[in-house]
Amino acid sequence: MPKRVLLGLLLACGLTASALAQEPKTGGVINAVIQPEPPGLMLALVQNGPTQMVSGNIFEGLLRYSPKLDPQPELAESWSVSEDAKTYSFKLRKGVTWHDGKPFTAADVLFSIEMLKQTHARARTNLAQVDKVEAPDDYTVVFTLKQPFGPFLGIFEVGSMPMVPKHLYEGTDWKTNPYNNAPVGTGPFMFKEWQKGSFIRLVKNPNYYERGKPYLDEIYWQIIPDAAARSVAYETGKVDVLPGGSVENFDVPRLSKLKDTCVTGAGWEFFSPLAWLWLNNRQGPLADKRVRQAIMYAIDRDFAKDVIWNGLGKVATGPSASTIKYYTDDVRKYPYDPAKAKALLKEAGYKGEKIRLLPLAYGETWQRWGEAVKQNLQDVGMTIETIATDVAGGNQKIGDWDYDIAFTYLYQYGDPALGVGRNYISSNIAKGQVFNNVEGYSNPEIDKLFAEGATATPDSKRKEIYDKAQKILVEDVPVAWMLELQFPTIMRCKVKNLITTGIGVNDGFKDAWLDK
Amino acid sequence: MKQFWKSMLKSPSGVIGLVILLFAISVAVFGPMLFPNSPWRMVQRPFLPPFTLSNVPLGTDALGRDVFAGMIFGARVSLLVGLVSTLVALVVGVPIGAMAGYFGGKVDDALMRFTEFFQTIPSFALAIVLVAILQPSIYSIVASIAVVSWPPVARLVRGEVLSLRTREYVQAAVVTGQSNSWIILREILPNALSPVIVLASLMVATAILLESSLSFLGLGDPNLISWGYMVGAGRTVIRQAWWITVFPGVAILISVLGLNLIGEGLNDALNPRLSREGR
Repeated sequence: MPKRVLLGLLLACGLTASALAQEPKTGGVINAVIQPEPPGLMLALVQNGPTQMVSGNIFEGLLRYSPKLDPQPELAESWSVSEDAKTYSFKLRKGVTWHDGKPFTAADVLFSIEMLKQTHARARTNLAQVDKVEAPDDYTVVFTLKQPFGPFLGIFEVGSMPMVPKHLYEGTDWKTNPYNNAPVGTGPFMFKEWQKGSFIRLVKNPNYYERGKPYLDEIYWQIIPDAAARSVAYETGKVDVLPGGSVENFDVPRLSKLKDTCVTGAGWEFFSPLAWLWLNNRQGPLADKRVRQAIMYAIDRDFAKDVIWNGLGKVATGPSASTIKYYTDDVRKYPYDPAKAKALLKEAGYKGEKIRLLPLAYGETWQRWGEAVKQNLQDVGMTIETIATDVAGGNQKIGDWDYDIAFTYLYQYGDPALGVGRNYISSNIAKGQVFNNVEGYSNPEIDKLFAEGATATPDSKRKEIYDKAQKILVEDVPVAWMLELQFPTIMRCKVKNLITTGIGVNDGFKDAWLDK
Repeated sequence: MKQFWKSMLKSPSGVIGLVILLFAISVAVFGPMLFPNSPWRMVQRPFLPPFTLSNVPLGTDALGRDVFAGMIFGARVSLLVGLVSTLVALVVGVPIGAMAGYFGGKVDDALMRFTEFFQTIPSFALAIVLVAILQPSIYSIVASIAVVSWPPVARLVRGEVLSLRTREYVQAAVVTGQSNSWIILREILPNALSPVIVLASLMVATAILLESSLSFLGLGDPNLISWGYMVGAGRTVIRQAWWITVFPGVAILISVLGLNLIGEGLNDALNPRLSREGR
C-alpha cells in the first residue's frame, strides 16, 4: 500500500511538472482518422469537410481565427482598415516560400482571388462586395469594397480563401493540373503520398516561416470506412486522433473513458453548427406564432443535449450560436415548460390537427432525436406523424415546402451577415433549396435590419442592429432552435495544442506537438 | 375436428407451439391494457440495466424508454403484421392457384408465368424496394410482405388442385352438372386445405421475420414500435447496453420458433398418410 501511495505521489509530481513546463517537444508521428476519404486535396477546387481537414495543413489563408473569431495573422502579418470602412490593406509576411521553394508574394494573392471566384462558390459570394483588388508592391494587397461590409475580415480563413501558387496554376487547365494530386502550398506540412483507400501522408515543411514549427515530423490520415472499425482503431492504438464526427455519438462516452484519452468540443467556433427545426410558417396550425412558441416550450432541449448528444453542445437561445459575433442572450427565454405549451396551444385554438415531422436521415442520433421530439410534442397534446425518408427524399420534401416540421443543422461562418440572416430574410424564399429561408418567414422589419447590419459601421452600430433582430426573431419563432452542436474531437492526452483556433483540426497541426 | 385436436395435442411440438402462440397473442391483446405506458415515453434515465428497478424490469434504452413496454407493444405490431400479411397473401394466392390448377391450359400458363415473375425476384430485396417506394408505414409493410409471400401459396394450391381435379368425386360433381365455382369451393378446396394451413403457420413466422428485418434496416413504420425496430435501434449501442437488443431479439426467436412448432404439429395432425394410431 505505501508503495502505491508513493507511486501516486510521484505520478502527481510528474504530472504537475509537465503541466507547468508545457515546453513543446519536437518530433513524432501522429495518426489521425479522416472520414470520409476526401474526393481531392486541392482546396481551391474541392471544399468538402474532409478536404478542408487535410488540406488546411498544406495550404494557408491570409488570416486565421481565434476561438473567439478574432482575426489573427497567418500569411498576412498585419492589416488596416480605412476610415470609411471601404479599403482594407494587408501587409504580407516576408520570407514565405511555397513547398517547391518559390517565394510567396502579392501576385499569388491576386491570382488566387481570380481563381477562387471561378471555382469556390462561397468565396465568390463572400467577394461579391469587392470592387477591386490591387497589389501596390510585392508584399501589400489592397481590397476596395463597393460599400462597407461588416464581416469582411471574416472571409480569409484557409477553407474560405486558400492561397494558390500562381506559378504552378497560371495558364493551365485548373481541373487537370497535375499539382491537384500533389498539392503545393505554403503550410506547415507538405503532401507526401496518398494510398487511396488506405492513408494520406503529410510530412513536416522544414522551411516553414515560423521557426521551430511545426513540431511533428509526419501526419498519417488513416482512411477507415466503417464507423465501428474507426472506434476499434482508436482503442487498439492504431490512431491517436478522432476528429469531430468520425465516430458515432454513442461511442463517444465509451471512448472518452479510455485511459489517457482527452476529449474536447472546441474547434468548431467558426462553423458553429446550429441545429433547429424548420417550422412551415405558411400553412396549418404552425402559421400561428403561438403554436410555434408552444413548440419551443414543449421540447425538452436539455434532455436532447444530455442524452442524445451525450452532454456535448449547448441549448440554443436564438438564431445565432453563442460563438457568433453580436450574439445576445437578452431575448425571450423558452425553458422546458409543457404546461405553458399546452396553454399556448389552447389559446391558439389548436384542435389536434395532424402535424408531419421529418427527421434528418443522417444516422441513429438524428433518428433518436426525432423520436424524442415527437414524444415531447405528443405530451402537450399535438398529433405528430413521423415521415420516414432518406436524405434525398427529405431534401425534396423540404425544397417543395411539403412538410410541417423538419430537422436540420447549418453552419454559421462566424458572422450574422454570412451565416444567420440568410435563413430569415424574405428575399431568400425560393422553392427547391434546403438552406436559406425554407420556413417561409417574412417580416419587412427583419429584412431591413439584416440589410443594414451587413453594411453598417462601426461595430457598435452593427451590434445594436443585430440585437434588435435577434429579439424580434426569438419572439416570432420562425424556426425552433434546438442546440448548438459540438462534434467532439477525441485524442490521446499526449497530443498537445491540436485545437487552438476557431476551425480546430482543420489548421491545428501547425501548433500541435507530442508529449512523449 | 375432435380427431384433429386429439392428434394435435398428442404431438409435443404442437403443444409447445400452441402454448407459446397463445401466450404471445394474449400479451399482444391484453398487455397494453395492463401496462398502459407508451413505449415511446422517456420514463427513466437512459441505459438503465435490467432487473434494477421494478417499474422498468427490463431496463431502458438509449433515450430512457421502457424496454418492457416496448416488448409488449411490439408484440402487437409484430403479430398483427405477421397475421394480416399472411391472410392477404392467402386471399391472393389461393384463388390464383385454384384457378390455375382447375382450369389448366392457357389460364394455368398465364397465371403461373405471372406467379414466376414474382418468384424470380429475391423476396426480401423486393420487399425492401416496395417499402422504400411506398414510404414506410404499417400498410406498405403489410402489402409488401403479402406481395412477396403469395407465390408459394399459389403454387402449392395449384399442385393440390391438379391432383384432386382427377379424383372420382370431382369427376362425379362435374358429371352432375355442378358449376365450376361450386366444385372448386365445395369439393376441391376443403380437401386441399391441410397443406395450406401448415404453410400459412410458417408464413406467419416468415412475415414476422420480414417485418423485423425491414424495421431493423430502418424501414419500419416510424410511428409504431416493433421488435425489429427495437433490435435495429439498439444494435448500435450493443456494446454498452446488450439488453436493448437481446430481449426483443429473444421475443422474435421464441414466437417464430413457436409458429414453426405449430406448423410441425399441424403437419402431423393433418397428414392422412401418417398413421394416427400406431405411434
